[in-house]
Amino acid sequence: MGGFPILSLMLLVPLVGAVACLFAEAKTARLIALVATLIDFALGIVLWLNFDVGGAQWQFVEKVPLFAGFSYALGIDGIALLLIVLSVFLMPICIGASWNSITKRVGEYFAAFLLMEVLMIGVFAAQDLYLFYIFFEAGLIPMYLIIGIWGGDNRIYASYKFFLYTLLGSVLMLIAMMWMVHEAGTTDIPTLMSYDFPAHAQTWLFLAFFASFAVKMPMWPVHTWLPDAHVQAPTAGSVILAGVLLKMGGYGFIRFSLPMFPEASAQFAWLIYALSMAAVVITSLIALVQHDMKKLIAYSSVAHMGVVTIGLFAFNTQGLEGSMIVMLSHGLVAGALFLCVGVIYDRLHTREISRYGGIAINMPKYAMFFLLFTMASIGLPGTSGFVGEFLSLAGVYQISTWVALVCTTGIILGAAYMLYLYRRVAFGEQKNADAAAMPDIDKREWIMLGALAAAVLWMGVYPESFLAPMRKDIAALDARLARAAPQGDSHLKIGKPKPVEEHAAQGGAH
Amino acid sequence: MDFAASLKLIAPELLMSVSGLVLLLVSAWAGDKASRAISVAAAVVLGACFFLVAPAVCSGASGPDTLAFGGQFSADAFAGLAKLMIFAAGGAALVIAPAFFERFNAMRAEYPVLVLFAVLGMSIMVSARDLITLYIGLELNSLAAYVLAAFLRTDDRSAEAGLKYFVLGALASGILLFGMSLTYGFTGTTSFEGIRVALNGEMAMGALFGLIFMLAGLAFKISAVPFHMWTPDVYEGAPTPVTAFFASAPKVAALALTMRVTLEAFGAQEEAWRQIVIFAAIASIVIGALGAIGQSNLKRLLAYSSINNVGFILIGLAAGTPAGASAMLVYLAIYVAMTVGGFVAVLMLKDENGNQVEAIADIAGLSRTRSALAFCLMLVMFSLAGIPPLFGFWGKFVVFQAAVNAGFVALAAIGIAASVIGAFYYIKVVKVMYFDEPADVVKGESDWAHWALLAISALAISPLGYLLTPWLGNLADKAAAVLFLGV
Repeated sequence: MGGFPILSLMLLVPLVGAVACLFAEAKTARLIALVATLIDFALGIVLWLNFDVGGAQWQFVEKVPLFAGFSYALGIDGIALLLIVLSVFLMPICIGASWNSITKRVGEYFAAFLLMEVLMIGVFAAQDLYLFYIFFEAGLIPMYLIIGIWGGDNRIYASYKFFLYTLLGSVLMLIAMMWMVHEAGTTDIPTLMSYDFPAHAQTWLFLAFFASFAVKMPMWPVHTWLPDAHVQAPTAGSVILAGVLLKMGGYGFIRFSLPMFPEASAQFAWLIYALSMAAVVITSLIALVQHDMKKLIAYSSVAHMGVVTIGLFAFNTQGLEGSMIVMLSHGLVAGALFLCVGVIYDRLHTREISRYGGIAINMPKYAMFFLLFTMASIGLPGTSGFVGEFLSLAGVYQISTWVALVCTTGIILGAAYMLYLYRRVAFGEQKNADAAAMPDIDKREWIMLGALAAAVLWMGVYPESFLAPMRKDIAALDARLARAAPQGDSHLKIGKPKPVEEHAAQGGAH
Repeated sequence: MDFAASLKLIAPELLMSVSGLVLLLVSAWAGDKASRAISVAAAVVLGACFFLVAPAVCSGASGPDTLAFGGQFSADAFAGLAKLMIFAAGGAALVIAPAFFERFNAMRAEYPVLVLFAVLGMSIMVSARDLITLYIGLELNSLAAYVLAAFLRTDDRSAEAGLKYFVLGALASGILLFGMSLTYGFTGTTSFEGIRVALNGEMAMGALFGLIFMLAGLAFKISAVPFHMWTPDVYEGAPTPVTAFFASAPKVAALALTMRVTLEAFGAQEEAWRQIVIFAAIASIVIGALGAIGQSNLKRLLAYSSINNVGFILIGLAAGTPAGASAMLVYLAIYVAMTVGGFVAVLMLKDENGNQVEAIADIAGLSRTRSALAFCLMLVMFSLAGIPPLFGFWGKFVVFQAAVNAGFVALAAIGIAASVIGAFYYIKVVKVMYFDEPADVVKGESDWAHWALLAISALAISPLGYLLTPWLGNLADKAAAVLFLGV
């Protein structure tokens, strides 16, 4: 640990890179971006290795009173650590994904991405309420530019929708934050996490935060910006959007809504359940009928986020851990799936599912990766998706069997739309000559997909590596929520156990 | 009252009056050839005044030592901070003007002198502690401003703007004067302190009317809804350097004056003016935002944007607390930087013949042809929209925080939700510059002075501005405290 400001350094490296990219030629800009993100990834590894599992709750703390009204305070717990590692892991892949496909205004493009990285790390590392808000909100600018400049045909509409939707969601949260700071007299997030706000105020505060996080998450029915933004964004934009930006909503719930307003969280759990159930079933059905690959995956993201929210509001350890793992897993898997779409989009320049078919024949390596990520998205045991979804659903089952039942149908529907997608793209006859002529993945694509595949399998086979750093934080959150946790709906009656002797006698008889 | 002490307190104003008169004589004798030299001289005078005022601001001067001429004029920290902003904005108006007017062969020696007198009027306005001082300052400023609006004599739009501004401005002055006379009639005094004492307790209906008429007149000067109609026309018609001046310095002066009138003179009757201010604030935010959506001219867009911004500043006034007043001053300082940056950027948009480009459609794809200029304009737009990490966010932040801390949570929530409407047109400008195909109209070059001003404002509104917050907040707190001494 020590006093080395590693978090600030992680913010500084991409920032410097962003400025350098602005002034650089296309070729150098690519290189600068790659080097900056790789350095940040290396720093992320160092961060993880030096994170003292089971040690202090907040580590790598930095605090400098630079500004009036709030301070430059950084620090991470296990939850933030994992999300930061996810971000820095995905960033070099994003840069790789844009290596050849971005040909216009390259310097600005990579500058926007590096700026995005600064802000993402800032969101997860901020320990000051207002600093968090600034990072959280500032992400709008680079993302607006990324969608608007380098997006598809309908990019203008999508960028407006993305910007205004998320802005409207966030501003109310700002007012709520001001009220909280006024009431509690501090902007320090750890202090606020243990501050007990009056129950009636919690209701309003919860709703204000909910407005922001539900849009960011996104939850049904305020998810409509997501498919538009995804479809229009360039591949790397989609990866970062699905991989990290959506996690900000979940992170917001787990960092703010739950610990700061436990009573209100319990009060509104029904709302979360209802919206999540609707999300899981409805968006899965919508995904089933999509003709556009990116749209399909975007809708599947909304469904997966529904699983995250029910896990979060299960008020128990399994649910919370499960939703964290779903978030991490979805970051990897959805990112990988968008990358898979990007790979064939770069070759054929269409996302229409019907324009492909039978590409397993001419792109066997690609088909293998695509299959792995399809299975991970469905939640096949052995992949990361299974661990998270299982824990999440197991968590919510203790609270409400009905919610668990409905959400489980989402998993089945998920299998339906993903397998259907895979069949149409990779299997069957090669009905399109140009699709049949596509070359298999090259080394660059192999490295990106291989890295993601390794991470997915690692998380699926040995999730303990990811559960360990956050176990203590989840336990602390669980303890904080205990006083408000709702009763489960399955009223278990403990029956009289049969007398032991009889049991043993029977066993002996047979 | 020691006369020498009084004269010492008004040293900046004296300096401006004397040098204004001298420069007027110079311009009469030397003619338009000397206009550049006179501009430089006027800028030097403003710079000198800046340093004359600065010590009072830093030390947070207040109390009887700052009162001149029997309490009619106050050179306290509050007035000082407002003056610093006014001088800076006035200086910017002097720097950007010559290049613009010389194209029309209209750079006349009167321009810097008029700016100087307008600044002098504003400087008196913000120091006023008496209705008469207030009116003298306001009229001195307005008379200079009417002429400035019509300064481009060959341009119909400029003449129209001057006339419109004059007619409506005179009407507003009349309303204000009527309100003042009612107030005087019901309180028996013109001094702010006397009015405050006289209005303790129940407020007479006549005094209430006086207050309402005064607020109406002031609302015209700050272009708050429902007295905003002149703003887009005048801003569009007036020569761009003059518009930049109108959008910055007089806004500061009139808002500072409004703060003095409401918080000092009518400070004991908060409830009487609060609902008016709340209405004006919300209406300005909403109408400023909605009106801007359909605009195709950048100057008109910035005019609506200034209406919108005034709405946010008034939210700080509605709070009616020292924190609210301090937040208004912080917002004003940031607003001046954003406005100067925005208008300088507009001035730098020139086609190949050097004509000004004002249509939004003509800056399409600017990011590819003039990337530095587009980048600065983008910073200004996002900053005006209040998106962090740009500094414009901080202005909104402090204002809303003051409102929330004073218990006006609903007002803050409505105001901030309405700010999303405004974001729409700001990002539209960014969209045009960054997403659209280049129209390739903007080709003209600009001189170093414009670039320097643009760079300074861009740096100020960049995230680096946050490093200024402790210092700025401290100055504003000290200045705002002056207004609440009588409480």
